[in-house]
Amino acid sequence: MTTFIELLLGGLAIGSVYALIALGFVVIFKATEVVNFAHASLLLAGGYVTAVLHDDIGFWPALGVGVAGAAVVGAAVEFLVMRRYRGSDHSVLAIVTIGVDILITTELTRRMGTEVLSLGDPWGDGVVTVGGITLAQTRIAAFVVAGLLITLFLLAFRYTSWGVSMRAAAENPQTAALMGIRLGRVSLSAWAVAGALAAVAALFLTVFPTPGLERATSFAALKAFPAAILGGLDSTTGALVGGLVVGVTESLATGYQGDLSFLGRGIGDLAPYLVMLVVLLVRPAGLFGTKELARV
Amino acid sequence: MSEATTDGAAAPGPGRPLTAGLRRPRTHLRLAGALLLLALPFYLDRFWLQAGLFAMAAAIGAIGLNLLTGSTGQLSMGHAFFLAVGAYGYCVLAGESSTQNGHALSGLGLPTWLAAVLAVLLAGAAGGLFSPIAGRLRGAYLGIATLALIFIGQHVLFNAGSLTGGFNGRPVPPFSLFGFTFDDTETVVAAVPFHSFEKLWYAALPALAVSAYFARGVLRGRPGRALNAIRDHRIAAGVTGVPVARYRAGVFVLSSMYAGLAGVLLALVFQRTVPEYFGMVLSLEYLAMIVIGGLGSVAGAVVGAAFVSLLPQVLTHYSDSLPLVSAPGTGGVAPGEASRYLYGAAVVAVVLFLPGGLTRPKKPGENR
Repeated sequence: MTTFIELLLGGLAIGSVYALIALGFVVIFKATEVVNFAHASLLLAGGYVTAVLHDDIGFWPALGVGVAGAAVVGAAVEFLVMRRYRGSDHSVLAIVTIGVDILITTELTRRMGTEVLSLGDPWGDGVVTVGGITLAQTRIAAFVVAGLLITLFLLAFRYTSWGVSMRAAAENPQTAALMGIRLGRVSLSAWAVAGALAAVAALFLTVFPTPGLERATSFAALKAFPAAILGGLDSTTGALVGGLVVGVTESLATGYQGDLSFLGRGIGDLAPYLVMLVVLLVRPAGLFGTKELARV
Repeated sequence: MSEATTDGAAAPGPGRPLTAGLRRPRTHLRLAGALLLLALPFYLDRFWLQAGLFAMAAAIGAIGLNLLTGSTGQLSMGHAFFLAVGAYGYCVLAGESSTQNGHALSGLGLPTWLAAVLAVLLAGAAGGLFSPIAGRLRGAYLGIATLALIFIGQHVLFNAGSLTGGFNGRPVPPFSLFGFTFDDTETVVAAVPFHSFEKLWYAALPALAVSAYFARGVLRGRPGRALNAIRDHRIAAGVTGVPVARYRAGVFVLSSMYAGLAGVLLALVFQRTVPEYFGMVLSLEYLAMIVIGGLGSVAGAVVGAAFVSLLPQVLTHYSDSLPLVSAPGTGGVAPGEASRYLYGAAVVAVVLFLPGGLTRPKKPGENR
């Protein structure tokens, strides 16, 4: 039972990190209707900046620069590439983001080589034990920080004028533009916010018990895709639920790997995708996604 | 065979005399191109033949993906999975059971031509199994759902050791047809020694020609119109009587079969299949191919496949004499990375500046 609770809590913690990534993904989709396949590379960029700088300027400033850097990269992608597209087909834009992803990921993995970079976080491999249940400090920090950021984001989304213009643009871009909302600014800020959230997530994906920032980190970041899809691409609630589902599934499948050995090694990495497929079979628009209604 | 199909492609329509077709410059160009391709193995060395074979296999796979993504608007990130099904399917069906490095490998030992056909059908069946999802989802949703296939594929390839050989992969039995084996034994044709690549060239070329011809037929006929209608306006297509889900599932199966054939060819060229190759990067490469060449056209897929698959080989070959590119491990930009920069940038540039791809400089929808 202790193992189960430990795995569940660990899963919720890492799931909140996935939720953070998925949230950025969903924000871009809501604001611009573009599915951003370059999301993992934004995350990698944020993590890389933090990893390179933390020795010289200390961890917290480095994290700040990393977050800002990823936001700038995201905004630059929007400004230099997305905005230049003159067509109207959003699935073609999704493929453009794949091209962007190839570019950024190639550059970053070339710089990293085969090294495993540490982000210099203050938690190290410390653990906390409460009532027989042991949790890594990094996991607790992940849960708290992700929870705070998500709350902050949802409040901003609901109450600030930025959030209102974002929601208006998502609801109906033409009308929003007529009401004086600058769509270019909305999508620029969506990309910047998504980049910033991804950079924070990069920190928690690379701390203990993971060895550090390496090429494979982008594969971990990819798990935010099933999270966003199984929750529903256009739903922020869906991103949160999806992230937690993916985190818990992965954690449980990895933890009980011994009992699942007939499925082969490394089933934990696969489990989120299987859950996504099952959800899509039952609900093609995801758990909280709006079913598409069209008037002909 | 290639010449025959080239002729067929340029055949005059009903009501036009045959000689009119023969007088068109396009026909002559095509004939010359076909003859050139047929003559290449007599002149090229092993390196270029291998590069060409890779490009032809990739072209077949890209044609399939273009039917799905370009013509129907269904994004697929899982193409590498179906390539793997084709490649490994062929190995398992044609290979003999054996023991290798202490691992037992099982195989059915079927005749290789039968194994190749069955491997293609197997890839189609795998696509069919996915049809409950492929028929209902669209666009990016399908793209991410198919991402699952990559991870499932990698998981199976690494874990089902007795079928796939696990990490080390398994050897590919050489292809043979009517008693003629496409292996490394030397056969001298017109004073040119023929090894596996020269022989495979004449298997790959007709395979590519038939694949391209078939896809063209699909696209120009009724199914092609239905697929384009689904891409452009799904609901209108449904209203006019196109069974949307069935067509989506069907084109998914067809594209998987193309991938399966490409996988068989790739396996024959590699002579050994390894699981790492069939990862996500491969899927992204195929998407890059069809975007660069031109979405929705057969010629686009072929041009894009040639571009993306020849690029790393050419850069590797000439890395000594190219500025900015250096051999892997020396700290500079390795050829593989340089080619990834180039095709990544090409994808972005083509979509922004040449929306029809390299083969269709005008906007899609204008007269070709």
